[in-house]
This record gives sequence, structure tokens and C-alpha cells, in this order.
Amino acid sequence: MDFLSYLISGISLGSIYAIIALGYTMVYGIARMLNFAHGDVIMVGGYMSFMATTRFGWHPLLSVIFAMIICTVLGIVIEQLAYKPLRAAPSLAVLITAIGVSYLLQNAALLLWSANPKSFSSVVPFDSLRLFNGKLIISGTTIVSICVCVIIIMTLNTIVNKTKIGKAMRAVSEDKDAAQLMGVSVNRTISITFAIGSALAAVAGVLLCSAYPILMPTTGAMPGIKAFTAAVFGGIGSIPGAFLGGILLGIIEILGKAYISTQLSDAIVFAVLIIILIVKPTGLLGKKVLVKV
Amino acid sequence: MKRKNYFTFVVTLVLCLALLAGCADKPSKPTDTAPIKLGGIGPLTGGAAVYGIAVANGAKIAVDEINALGGIQFELNFQDDEHDAEKSVNAYNVLKDWGMQILVGTVTTDPCIAVAAESYKDRIFTLTPSASSPEVVKGKDNTFQMCFSDPYQGIVSAQYIQEKNLGSKIAIIYNNADAYSTGIYEKFVSEAEARNLEVVSTTTFTNDTASDFSVQLSEAQNAGADLVFLPIYYEPSSLILAQAKAMNYAPKFFGVDGMDGILEMENFDTTLAEGVMLLTPFAADAQDERTASFVKKYKELHNDVPNQFAADGYDVVYAIYEALKDKDVTAETPASELCTQLIEIFTNDKFVFSGLTGDNMVWSKNGEVAKPPKGMFIENGVYVGMD
Repeated sequence: MDFLSYLISGISLGSIYAIIALGYTMVYGIARMLNFAHGDVIMVGGYMSFMATTRFGWHPLLSVIFAMIICTVLGIVIEQLAYKPLRAAPSLAVLITAIGVSYLLQNAALLLWSANPKSFSSVVPFDSLRLFNGKLIISGTTIVSICVCVIIIMTLNTIVNKTKIGKAMRAVSEDKDAAQLMGVSVNRTISITFAIGSALAAVAGVLLCSAYPILMPTTGAMPGIKAFTAAVFGGIGSIPGAFLGGILLGIIEILGKAYISTQLSDAIVFAVLIIILIVKPTGLLGKKVLVKV
Repeated sequence: MKRKNYFTFVVTLVLCLALLAGCADKPSKPTDTAPIKLGGIGPLTGGAAVYGIAVANGAKIAVDEINALGGIQFELNFQDDEHDAEKSVNAYNVLKDWGMQILVGTVTTDPCIAVAAESYKDRIFTLTPSASSPEVVKGKDNTFQMCFSDPYQGIVSAQYIQEKNLGSKIAIIYNNADAYSTGIYEKFVSEAEARNLEVVSTTTFTNDTASDFSVQLSEAQNAGADLVFLPIYYEPSSLILAQAKAMNYAPKFFGVDGMDGILEMENFDTTLAEGVMLLTPFAADAQDERTASFVKKYKELHNDVPNQFAADGYDVVYAIYEALKDKDVTAETPASELCTQLIEIFTNDKFVFSGLTGDNMVWSKNGEVAKPPKGMFIENGVYVGMD
């Protein structure tokens, strides 16, 4: 029974990682850049929902939508101001800019909301589910996280594979210049990708804070890095890969903690990543890209 | 062209006015003595900013109060170190160039160890509000602590639990990446053993894994622990309390001074902390006049409830003031001379200081403070004395 309960905790944590990892993977797949500020957009999403519920007294669901709108706008603004001028710059410059944006967001949050941690009240209204005479307890947040994650993955898959904008995304990810020649607006496609990624970050932020109800300017930093690991683990650029990577990472983290050592849980996670990358350098579901020189 | 001149004139006028406004803001000094220069160092930005900001604010309030009294005047220059030892030493050098005579700081342990080594060499008296590791004062006659040392808290916690018979099977969850938490944990375990307290489960986390505690709590629950000792700060503690409730586990929780602040967390569901016990030197809702006036001032100025770090910062400045107020010291007194004088005063048995964080504090030769800890428990969202 313990194992089952750890497994469920792992899947719950993993589904949050997966939602964050989607943001990384989509942006990487389409714009070929690592948006390290993604973790901090999560934090902003958390704060927005927190402000909406505690300061304005809004309904939790409304606060999630509010957070999504603000984060979408924020994502587009960041992309326009910080990344767009660097479209032709070497990828290292973009990477450093992303780290800069990450610091900017963290410190702006520090100024706006102070360093004092806030306690986030869960937006999930359900009580815990008790199974097997109360031996197995599954919290409402866990159930919602898993469901939301599955819904998001299915929706995204549909968008990317079935819609026109999805086609544009796939085209840009395959060859930016050729897509441009074919009349696909590369800038618009990248902006939309950022918008979707940031909206997902807001959802992830709210779920993260509902599961672990503490909100600080650095809240998004570590989950951001873990989710990035998950994206690489599953094969960066691949949407099902991000899902698989996220879930596996969450499960490994919790089971490692439970059965091996609470001290080494992070070491185990990253050791697994290293092994996977040695055996399969593109990640679990990553595509092999041939680069002609 | 004329228009441009007019514009320049207006801008100049506004700037002049701004300059005048700056003058008006300055408090008129009751005496014309130059102030003694206090340097402060602590994290004002970054993850540990909550502590540094609190100390800086608390110290500032004390300085303003003392300056308003007349007599000795203080000037406080507080520098940011982002809780980083290297930046802390840089901040220390900046303050030395500024002419610092006494150091209030540093706030966090690791930077303090680095800075105290420098201030020992330079003979600058150092009184840290909150760096609680014994390493901070070890072998340095010029460094003193305002807060409990970590081992002391571990010992006193075990004493409290055994003497009051609070629990028979104890689980410990501590942060093994943190000197503060580990320091308390180690002493607690050895003292618990000496007192025949049974520790049934010991689990850890690090700053990077401080979000999911379901595993640690399940282990404590399976081991049948009826008391969980939490020698950690209040942020992870708040998560532990919430997750324990979600899994229907209700042991007694016992924290140390790092637990203080949990009730002031914005939007925190205080029913989660019902019955939590903690040892803390300072409670913001204590009824004595000094605390009440400090809390009121702090709330007015910073729109926030002060935590124990703010009180520590306040006490440090007042302790220095108490030590120096009858002495013949000025802004001209060299730092090394002040250092010798202050060491003499602080290690003198007759020097007893009562502040917000404890009554009748005395300091030992090695720089550790002795003050009685206050055992508290939380009832209906407020601290109640345990004794």
C-alpha cells in the first residue's frame, strides 16, 4: 500500500513537471532556444492566482484564468522584447538573455511581493479520496493535476497535428527559412508558441502551489530546472517525450526518496538522466537529427 | 529656442526643489556630535532576503530611536550580501572603506564565518544578530552572537521534550544541506540519547527538495512517532503541516526558533499550526510594552509583522548602545579601540542586557549568549507560553 501511495505521489509530482516541461520542449522545438525564464513565469502565475483570490477575492477558477491571461501576455512581451531582437544571434547569446530574464522576473517579484513567503490556498475544491479503509489517501490536487496534465497533452497534440497553426509550428521547427519562403510567418508562430507555453506555465504554477502551498520569488526556479531535465530526459522538442519524461522523473524522485535515501533523491534523478543520455543521447523519444556539414 | 530655455528653467527649478525637499527630510540632530558608524551586512536580495531585510529594518528602527534620544548618535549603513560568503566579504570591505567602527552582522551563518575572520584580523567589534553556528564565534574574541547557538537549541529542545513528557517516540525531519538545521539536529540526537528519548525515524531534505514531504511523513507515521521534531525554518514547516494534515497524520510538532514566522505567513491557514510547539526568543504578539511598541512601529513603517530576525537586529543595536552609552566614545574613536572596549564590556559579568529577544542576557568569553528560551505553543493562532 505504501508503494502505491508513493507511486501516486510520484505521478502527481511528475504531471506538474510534465506541464512545465511542455513549455520548454515546445519553445525549444520551434524556436531552437532554451527559455530558462520559463520557471519564473510559473512563479508569476502562482502570484497572479494568489493575488486574485486573496486581494480581489475572486473565485479560484477565475483566478486561474486570470493567471493564464497575464502569463500569456508576459510570455509574448518577453519574447518580443528580449528574444526577437536576437533571432539571428548565436544561441549562446539567447541563452544568456534567458537567464537574465529569469533573474529580472525573480527580482521584480522580490520588489513587488517582498521576500516573505506566502501561503497559497489550494484552488482544488475536492477533499482527499480515501481508499482501502483510509489506508490509501489521494489528495484532490493530485487527481486534478493528473487529469489536467492528460487533457493538456491531448489538446496540444491535436493542435500541433490537426490545426493550421500546428502545421506552421511543425514547419518552422523543421526548417525556419523554408517555412518563411512558403509563406509561414515565423515570428507569429514563435509568438504563439510562447503564448501557449506561458499559459501552460500559469496552469503549472497554480497546480504546483496547490500541491506545495508555498509561494516565494524563487518558487519556480527548482521545478523549472527539474522540468527542463524532464524535457531532455524525454527527448527535447517532443511533446509526448516531455510528458513521459516528466512523469518518470516524478516517480523516480519519490521512489528514490522512499526506498533508497531521502538525502540522495536529487542525485538519483540526475544519475538516471546521465545514464539515459549515455545510452540514448537524444532522450527517450527524441528524434535523431542529421546535421550536414 | 526660447521655449527650450523655459523648459530648462523649469527643470532646474524642480531639481532645486527636490534638493530642498531632501534637506527637509533629514532629521534635525539634537546634538552636533558626529554619529558612530555602524556597518550592517545581510542578504537584502535573493532567497534569504527575508532575514536580511528584517534585520536591516529592525536595526534601523533602533538607530532612529536612539538618535532621537540625544546622546550617542549612530549611523547605519547596511550592505547586501545575497547570502554569499564572497559577496559578504566584499560588502565588508566596502564598509571598511566607508569608515565602519562596529559591525552589525552578518545575518546568515556561512557569510558570517567568512566575514568574522576578516573583522577579527582588522579588530572590528562584531555582533551578529542571527548567525547561530558555533563556528561563527569560535576562536574570535571580537565576535559575539545575539541569537542562541545551534547546539544550545538542540540540547534545550531535548530537555523540554523529556522534562515535559511531550512524546515517547520521536521522528526528526531536518535539512541536511543547512548548517543551522544540522547543528541543532546533531546535538538534539546526542542529548535525546542521554535522556533515553527514543528516536524512531530520521529523514532529511535539502533546499532543492523542500517541496514534497510525503515520504518523510509516511516514514514517521509508519514508525509510530507521536512527536515530530522540526529543527528547520518555517517555510518547509508550513508544507510539512499541510501535507501531514492531508494524509491524516496528527502527531505533536516541535520546532525551534526557525519555526517563528509561520503565523505571519500571508494567507497561512493557522489551524494547521494548532498545537505546534516551538522554542523561540521572540513572539510578535507578546504583551509587554517594548515588544508592542516595536511591533507597532514596524507595522507602520514596513506594513509587515516583524519576525525574530527583526527583533534580533533591533536588540543588537540596543546592546551596543547600552554598552557604550556611558563611555567616552566618538566618531573619532578608532575601531580597534572600540573593539577592545566592547569586548571588555560584553565579557564582563556585570553587563546584563534585556531586549526584545530575552531578559538578562549575558555573554560568555567565547561570544555565545546565554538567555532563557521561551517555550511556546500555538493556540487559536497565537503563541501561548508553555510554562
